[in-house]
Amino acid sequence: MRLRGERRAMVEQAISVSPNSVVIEDLTKRFGDFVAVDQINLRVRKGEVFGFLGPNGAGKSTTIRMLCGLLKPSAGRASVAGYDVSRDPEAVRQNIGYMSQKFSLYNDLTVMENLRLFAGLYSVPAKDLPGRMQWALNMANLKGQENLLTSTLPGGWKQRLALGCAVLHRPPIIFLDEPTSGVDPISRRQFWDLIHQMAQEGVTVFVTTHYMEEAEYCNRLALIFRGKIVALGTPTELKRDAMKGELLLVECQPLGGAVEALQSAPLVMDAAVFGNALHLVVADAPAAAPLVQTYLSERGIAVSRIEEIRPTLEDVFVSLTTSRNAAEARTT
Amino acid sequence: MTDTLQSAIVAEGLTKSFPGVRAVDGLSFDVNAGEIFGLVGPDGAGKTTTLRMLAGILPPDAGRATVAGCDVVRDPESAKHTLSYMPQRFGLYEDLTVDENIRFYADLFGVRKSERNSRSTQLLKAAGMSEFRTRMAGKLSGGMKQKLGLVCALIHRPKVILLDEPTTGVDPVSRRDFWRILYELTAEGVAILTSTAYLDEAERCHRVALMHQGKLLFSDTPANLKAKLGKDVLSVTSAEPRSLRTVLEHAEGISSLVLTGDGVHVVVDDAARRIPEFTARLANAHVPFDAIQQITPMIEDLFVDAVAGGASRHG
Repeated sequence: MRLRGERRAMVEQAISVSPNSVVIEDLTKRFGDFVAVDQINLRVRKGEVFGFLGPNGAGKSTTIRMLCGLLKPSAGRASVAGYDVSRDPEAVRQNIGYMSQKFSLYNDLTVMENLRLFAGLYSVPAKDLPGRMQWALNMANLKGQENLLTSTLPGGWKQRLALGCAVLHRPPIIFLDEPTSGVDPISRRQFWDLIHQMAQEGVTVFVTTHYMEEAEYCNRLALIFRGKIVALGTPTELKRDAMKGELLLVECQPLGGAVEALQSAPLVMDAAVFGNALHLVVADAPAAAPLVQTYLSERGIAVSRIEEIRPTLEDVFVSLTTSRNAAEARTT
Repeated sequence: MTDTLQSAIVAEGLTKSFPGVRAVDGLSFDVNAGEIFGLVGPDGAGKTTTLRMLAGILPPDAGRATVAGCDVVRDPESAKHTLSYMPQRFGLYEDLTVDENIRFYADLFGVRKSERNSRSTQLLKAAGMSEFRTRMAGKLSGGMKQKLGLVCALIHRPKVILLDEPTTGVDPVSRRDFWRILYELTAEGVAILTSTAYLDEAERCHRVALMHQGKLLFSDTPANLKAKLGKDVLSVTSAEPRSLRTVLEHAEGISSLVLTGDGVHVVVDDAARRIPEFTARLANAHVPFDAIQQITPMIEDLFVDAVAGGASRHG
């Protein structure tokens, strides 16, 4: 532990009085020479729905594994629900719930059998068991379906059952990994309503996802890239402030030719095709619009529409992760 | 090929039942050469069954389908050399290198060696994978594996490509690479039918068909679908999204309201009329909010509108 005693005492005091449910201080994980997680700092408040985003290999899973007490940090520290992940990983594991839609349920067990299995895994005391199971069935809106085989449940029901299993032991914090992938939008909205309801009751929700549709449901988001936090804020703040540049929507023909021509256009930082249109990242949209139009028409590409649009979370994500890659990509 | 303008894929009344469930129910659509057509819908909507029938792997109970001019129902073998089907789990050999996997598929499809080399160089470059030719497929990231699957599926220059949820588990950056390759193929006249459970991905297709419980809800370009919604979408941001919901939930003119991380997303009959009304309503209730903005509807709004109440309106 590199923290000085005095600072550690301050941190510990901060944890005990603050409503933070996850506190991460200079957390670092090295695998040999490779720094997977590089001195990250983060605080997640009690009752917050917090989204943790990042491309494959950015350090997202390594961070989650440390927070769940499954992997020991190389340096720095983290506490989850008040327990230090290095010193007390067992207590951390007992105080969290984990749900990933893909892996958590046993398809050849019934609804009730799955609940009972998870109750056993989490050591829910026998006297609490009937009450907890009824509570989970109510919460997941699965009353009357106790004896159905899990494999026969529609996607939205399965995912509510998985959530029920993950929170049977009433953990103060739950980790969700792409919880609503592949679920229809109506079930997904119901699921997130449930999540927000739990958060309102004080449960902290830590979500990891690749899907910006899920990220929109989070109160705050952090984006990790190459082991470092590169953006942090509410979805609206990120869309407003985190983008390196502004966004132009361009409708033109032919699209393929336009993308190629724009690769070497000086003003354009990035060009991506979206169906019948392009999204261009530029420094100053009003100034760039007429220049892009001229640039394209000089190359025989007719522009039918060009306007500034508000970036989506995906635009922000791609902008933040590729602008850091761009320099290297050009040299290869 | 008797039609003057032959569609690359034609499905007419395709129907398939499995014990206890009608997976695909009277599905009809067509895909043109050079077009990316998206089959969009949640798990269990019938997307995979549709793709398998079009690939000639699964015989339909009823209906007909032609792919690249071949009748895949009566003669499933006929289109094998002009179509490529990439299932959700594409069969990559994890203990073979990237190059070896490509060579394997090239041999399966009878691609000549000279052709194979130039084609794989071009495809690997487009996929941003030129430096990984000697890496074991098992050591690639999820996004890279999907891109390698696509390269293998394209090695014999198919005219029609059927992709089943190709970007599941792939991060947004790799997903853009993947789509860039698809757009380049359309420039060569290739027809692409791709399924996705992610409604935001529908925005990238030239045309989309929204599927739900085996049926087609509607199909059109994303822009036309949005115009047809006939409703406006408002976004309201606030540090207290839950209070926003409480105040707006029962306001007049709302057909759906979703709580997001820092606000609400509301579908209303008329933005011009409702914005001032909601502004006053929130002010009266002393709920702090930043702004009420009209935003472009998303495909998700259309889906929810159609499934939750208005299916008949969209016919």
